[in-house]
Amino acid sequence: MSGIIEFDNVSHRYPGGQDILTDVSFTLKRGELAFLTGPSGAGKSTFLKLAALLVRPTRGKITVDGRPLSEIRRGQIPAYRRQFGMIFQNFNLLQDRTVFDNVAMPLLIRGHSGEDIGRRVRASLDAVGLRGKERAYPITLSGGEQQRVGIARAVVAKPMLLLADEPTGNLDPHMAGEVMQLFMRFNEVGVSVLVATHALALIHRLPHRILRLDGGHLSERDEAPSVDTADEAFDDEPPFDDGEDAA
Amino acid sequence: MSASRRVSTQPSWTSRLALDHVRAIAATLAQLRDRPLSTLLTAFVIGITLALPAGLNTLLRNLDTASGGLQGTLRASLFLKDAVDAAAGADLARQISKRSGVSEARYLSREQALAEFKAHSGFGEALDILKDNPLPAVIVVTPDPRQPQAEVDALFKTLTTLPEVETTKLDRQWLQRLYAILQLVERSVLLVSGLLALAVLVVIGNTIRLDIESRREEIVVLKLIGASNAFIRRPFLYTGLWYGLAGAVLACLLVASAGVFLSDSAQQLAGLYGAQAQLSGLSSDAVLAVFGAALLLGWLGAFWTVSRHLSAIEPD
Ligand SMILES: Nc1ncnc2c1ncn2[C@@H]1O[C@H](COP(=O)(O)OP(=O)(O)OP(=O)(O)O)[C@@H](O)[C@H]1O
Ligand SMILES: [Mg+2]
Repeated sequence: MSGIIEFDNVSHRYPGGQDILTDVSFTLKRGELAFLTGPSGAGKSTFLKLAALLVRPTRGKITVDGRPLSEIRRGQIPAYRRQFGMIFQNFNLLQDRTVFDNVAMPLLIRGHSGEDIGRRVRASLDAVGLRGKERAYPITLSGGEQQRVGIARAVVAKPMLLLADEPTGNLDPHMAGEVMQLFMRFNEVGVSVLVATHALALIHRLPHRILRLDGGHLSERDEAPSVDTADEAFDDEPPFDDGEDAA
Repeated sequence: MSASRRVSTQPSWTSRLALDHVRAIAATLAQLRDRPLSTLLTAFVIGITLALPAGLNTLLRNLDTASGGLQGTLRASLFLKDAVDAAAGADLARQISKRSGVSEARYLSREQALAEFKAHSGFGEALDILKDNPLPAVIVVTPDPRQPQAEVDALFKTLTTLPEVETTKLDRQWLQRLYAILQLVERSVLLVSGLLALAVLVVIGNTIRLDIESRREEIVVLKLIGASNAFIRRPFLYTGLWYGLAGAVLACLLVASAGVFLSDSAQQLAGLYGAQAQLSGLSSDAVLAVFGAALLLGWLGAFWTVSRHLSAIEPD
């Protein structure tokens, strides 16, 4: 079976700039969780934006769930985006809505009934450990809690794929660890997950693929490494980035 | 695996659409209620803008009715040939007055005509220097005011062809002038209405634009999670409709109060012209037109703005 995300010799440059990605090929298999690392400005966010059709590649072919993105016209983008959940470093929550209303948004745009929405939102908040915070406003929550609201929103419509861009960038190591645990739990029930992150210290012990983007090229560590080789492989990376590009 | 993970209980698209609309209606009404002052202000501006053409139209219609009433007082003067003597003239007047559609026919002999002219022209004694009376005898015919215009015209036509009648003069020129003026005013009202409709469009468009601007963040999130354009657009279109609706209600209230305010003076004025015009308020047709136009303009203004500004807001 083909991968859920396939990059085939993809290059990208923003108008007037130089290549951010150069001939990148990559496959995320169905049901797989992978981490995307690399120095700041390497193009991790760009990589995810390409998959989410927030930008179009300059060259190459991207296929998601067997469908070439080049075939998706502008008007079809909303329906395409409803196939996956996205998580952002700056949470992207609406401050004037309760936690419940924020998490309910993906169901609202799909026209679910109120009863159905209530059930699914509570289940989703339960899964991220935020039961009882439904009526709270995001501003009254800690960063970790807000990020978990964002995750609840991303998974509430049961997408097959999660894309997360620096989901732990604004969190302390403890909360960051909890958030990573959440992604692994969703992955265990079959969701494919791609996480762009600086938090190498958190992930380098995990038995998951770690991709590294640098100078426009993608490299990969195949095996789950022992602690010391992992530290060597990425010794130019800070062990934990506490928000150098906070929103 | 992917199939089983996808949302399996998608509601049918009809119930979904109905639910979407109900939610958009509830949400937009709640938004407007949450900022009553700015909502009222916008509705007021639209109301006044709509009240002007609606009021002018009502005024015009009243003038039309009033001038129709004046037509009843229209008279024709039949100037008789010199050969017709006083007895024959008076006889002819009696015959004419018996015709259907004639309410009065009064004979004025040459002497009476001169006397009347002396009395009304202001030349007075100066006319004494004339050796001969230059005026012909005349029969002044007043048609029944309840007659339709066409029959009055037909009547005058037959009277003109009577053998005793030299010429006929219809006392009508000023009415024709009035009609010409009314027509001009009517055109101007149409023009002004068009311009004011444009103003309503701009006011609603601008209000919606500010609304879009203040909800930029929400629109970005909606686009990120895959909300369709129709879904994002819907609340703004409803907001436009509500502004139009509120404006229409206010416009009708304004015109109605203006009608009450002006009715006394209108009656006085009508009295001066011998007409008994009752000032009529907005007709039900006009009310319908105001609401229809307001809703259409509200929707159009919102649609126009939304199409121009929503696509510019993209997540980056
Ligand atoms: N919209 C844009 N227009 C032009 N250049 C851009 C745009 N977005 C990103 N870039 C450039 O592309 C490069 C890669 O950016 P990107 O955000 O993908 O990096 P990143 O790996 O996510 O970095 P970070 O770890 O700091 O988030 C950067 O040099 C950035 O300046
Ligand atoms: Mg980034």
